[in-house]
Order: sequence, then structure tokens, then C-alpha cells
Amino acid sequence: MEAVWRIESARVIAGLARMVHDVGLAEELAQDALVQALEQWPRTGVPDNPGAWLTLAAKHRAIDLFRRRDVYERKLQEIGRDAEVRQESAEAELDDALDDHIGDDLLRLIFTACHPVLPPEGRLALTLRLLGGLTTQEIARAFLVPEPTVAQRIVRAKRTLAEKKIAIELPPPAELPTRLASLLEVIYLIFNEGYAATAGEDWIRPSLCEEAMRLGRVLAGLMPGEPEVHGLLALMEIQASRIPARTAPDGSPILLLDQDRARWDRLLVRRGLAALARAESLGSLGPYGLQAAIAACHARALTPQDTDWERIAALYRLLAHVAPSPVVELNRAVAVGMAYGPAKGLEIADALMQERTLRGYAHLPAVRADLLAKLGRAEEAAGEFERAAGLTRNARERTLFLDRAAALLRPPA
Amino acid sequence: MRYMITLRVNAQPDGPPPAELMEAIAKLGQEATESGVLLDTNGLAPSAEGARVELAGGRLTVTDGPFAEAKELISYALYQVRSKEEAVEWASRFLRLHRDMWPGWEGEADVLRLFGPEDFAPPGPPA
Repeated sequence: MEAVWRIESARVIAGLARMVHDVGLAEELAQDALVQALEQWPRTGVPDNPGAWLTLAAKHRAIDLFRRRDVYERKLQEIGRDAEVRQESAEAELDDALDDHIGDDLLRLIFTACHPVLPPEGRLALTLRLLGGLTTQEIARAFLVPEPTVAQRIVRAKRTLAEKKIAIELPPPAELPTRLASLLEVIYLIFNEGYAATAGEDWIRPSLCEEAMRLGRVLAGLMPGEPEVHGLLALMEIQASRIPARTAPDGSPILLLDQDRARWDRLLVRRGLAALARAESLGSLGPYGLQAAIAACHARALTPQDTDWERIAALYRLLAHVAPSPVVELNRAVAVGMAYGPAKGLEIADALMQERTLRGYAHLPAVRADLLAKLGRAEEAAGEFERAAGLTRNARERTLFLDRAAALLRPPA
Repeated sequence: MRYMITLRVNAQPDGPPPAELMEAIAKLGQEATESGVLLDTNGLAPSAEGARVELAGGRLTVTDGPFAEAKELISYALYQVRSKEEAVEWASRFLRLHRDMWPGWEGEADVLRLFGPEDFAPPGPPA
């Protein structure tokens, strides 16, 4: 029963939302239908098409509700006629009728849940609730916040959508790029929340990665022509492929170049590379696609020595062009250092010293320190490692930086 | 979590599977893919084209197919789902199609969980 709900809820809610024009009401009706199913199915058995059954039951409730309210006269007729016809038709037909709409309905629901009128945390909670079928309690556990907070976010988000009269519809073409960006951002935030979870934490947190990938795959099916949709999916699948290799038994993180590549999940790598190929076939890559392409360079290299750093450096240059940020530039410094020697990398890193936003960022001195060390400028390098240690808030990182500083200052044996 | 679903056939009417069934299977596969849960699937050629490598009593033997058992393994599917029940539901849908569209066909699907990172992580706080 719970399984059926997980599989069907998003589509049921999406179909209802189209009819009642209200996301909150659609969810309540779907929940009511679920309660009804919980009562009936143990006696009657699970119907062959549980999703259609739930939709129909919820629709009947909608009709009852509107009848009682006695206000939506025309809407009542519309839905009433619709439901009667469907009731009479064979289940297969009903299935087809629903199928015709399902894709668009789901897409409308996703765009509505990720509407920019909502605050980011509202978008996250609503998306997981409506599209992921997660309970409020599960979302609270996943994001390490109290349950009432999540409940409130969801209620507020639904209220905002209703008050601002946000239509449950696909964005007009002119708005599509920004609306899609907002949607992809929500999915990637869900993924990163899971990716940031450490071993030993409540398992529901890392499972957010799976949920985000699932949403990404759903979206790839709904919007097969959007390169960034496939780009994000590729990025998530390739990043997730490293999960088995990125933590030591004691819980400490293992850096990419030190990971045992035999432990990378080859299935996810393969899927990620395939998604990237689709993104590339659709036109020029956006920020997600480019990050995926960079991740793919690592995924393709069987050993760290095989890494195509020249390609990575070139991809970072493109990324800096489409999505400029000092952090991207710093990553480019690392890649250039690996591809063309530490002096070239240091030039780029040095240019970032004036960057205000990086002033408290431990990785700038750490990257410089590494490049200086490779150039044999041990004392300067040690000083930069110490500076990095003073800036980081991560205890394990601090230890790592201080160890490297100490090793540089030690006279050669 | 990931589940491997393997399908074995116990009894099968003569002749090829009905086109209607193949269509329905393709549609279900597409639905599972678009739901983001089906990671990989493929049909398996008859064991007559395969072989079995066996270790018994310290000796390795290689035997060409077909295997003696009546039950042929005919396909596998790899799902990423949130519970065993969800995997069972997908397997049930698959078998229901056979029931409805290929009378006389009998078979079984095994639903088995793959070990994942969660099996190697230290236990978290009680849920």
C-alpha cells in the first residue's frame, strides 16, 4: 500500500491539481483517497491499476466537496461528466485517458512546487512532499529540522501559491530558462544535502541523493529536449558513483585523487556518461552539463595519472564563461596547474588574492600552498597551509593543512 | 536501495509471446524508466546458448547449456526504490501483464536487495 502510494502519489496529485486548480486541495483529496484505499483494498484486493483507482476515488471526493460547497457549479458539471464517463469506460481506456495527461500534469506540478515566488526551503519541502511522496516527518529527519518547521513550510508554501493565484501551468517560453533553472537548483540542492551527509548519520539523509536522482530521471523523461536537464542528471549520477569510495572506515573524507577507483559505482558512471552524451547531442552545455563533463573526465580515468587535465582546464574556462565565480576560477587554477605546470596555475590563483568573496575561504591559501610546494617554495607554502588551517572550520581539514605545513618545514632527512 | 528482480519461466504455451504482451511490457518498462526507478534491464537468451561453470569436490567443470532445470532464467531488472514493497509492486505489475495477456504462462520473479553503502556505514541514531 505504501509502495503503491510512493509510486503513484505524484501522478495522482498532478492529475487532480489540473482539475481543482489548487495544489493543497489536490494533495488533501489524494490523501483522502489513500485512506479510502487503506480501508477497502484489504477486503477487495489491490486493483490492477491502483493509480487510476486512486485518481477516480479522489475525483469523487472532489465532486462531493464541490457539491457541498455548491459554488463551483460549472466545475462540478465538468468533473462530474468526466468522472461518470470514466467510471463507465473500461480500465484500459481510463488508463489511456490518464496517460495522455500524466506527463504534462507532472511537469506542471514540478514547476509549481519550484515556483520562484516560494522561498527555497518551501520549494524543497513542497517538491519532496508532492513529487517524492515523502512524509513531513521524513523530510524533517532528512534536513535535520524539527517536524513542525517542515509542516509550517509546506502549509505556508501552499498558502502562498493559493494567495498569489499561481496558476498550475507550464511556464511561458520566455520564462522557461529562469523557471527551469529554479527547478534544477531545487533538485541539486536536495542532492547536495544528501551528499553532504556523513557516514553514520540517519540513513534518510544520504537517501536524498537517490531521491534527487530519481527526480532528475523523471524530469529527463518529461523534458527530453533540454540539455541542462540531462546535464544535471549526468552530474548527479557521476558524483553519486563516488559515494562508496569517498569515506574512510573512520569516517574521514577521502579526496578524489586518493580514492580507490575500483569502488566507484560503474553502473552510475555508465548512466552518467550516457546522460552527458545526450546533453552534448542537444547543443552547447550549460553550467550543469559542463560540471558533468568535468566529473566525466575523472570518471573516465582509470588511474589519477590518466586524468585529462588539459580537457578539465578547458572545461573550467568554459564554465567560468557561462557561470563566472571565483570558486570556479580557483578550480581552474588547480586544473591548469596539473595540465601546464604549477607556475601557470599559481598565476591564476594569485590573481584571486584580491577577490573579496574569497577572503575567508580556506581553499584559496590551500591551493596556493600546494602549487608553491610543487615549485619548491617550501617556506611560502608552509605559511599558506598555516593560513588555510586558521580559516577552515573543519577539524579534519585543519589537521591535514597543519600536517602538510609541518612536513614542508622539516629539514630533509 | 537497489533490488535485482530476476524472472524465471515455469510453463509457457507454444509459440512466440503475443505482440500485445510485448507492447505492454515495453510500456511498463518505459513507465518505470520515466519514474526514475528502473536502472537497467535486459532479456536473457536461452541457456542452450550459455554454459555453467561448477565447483564441486575440489573440481571445476564446465557444462554447456541447456541447463537441466525446467525453470529458465529469462530476464533481469535492476531497480532503485525506497522499499522492498515498492520493488515487489513493480514485479507484480510485470507478472500481471503475463497473466492478462498470455494465458497458460507461469513463472516467478525473485526480488533481491543488493548491498549498498548503507550496509557498510556504522549504525545511525535510532529512527
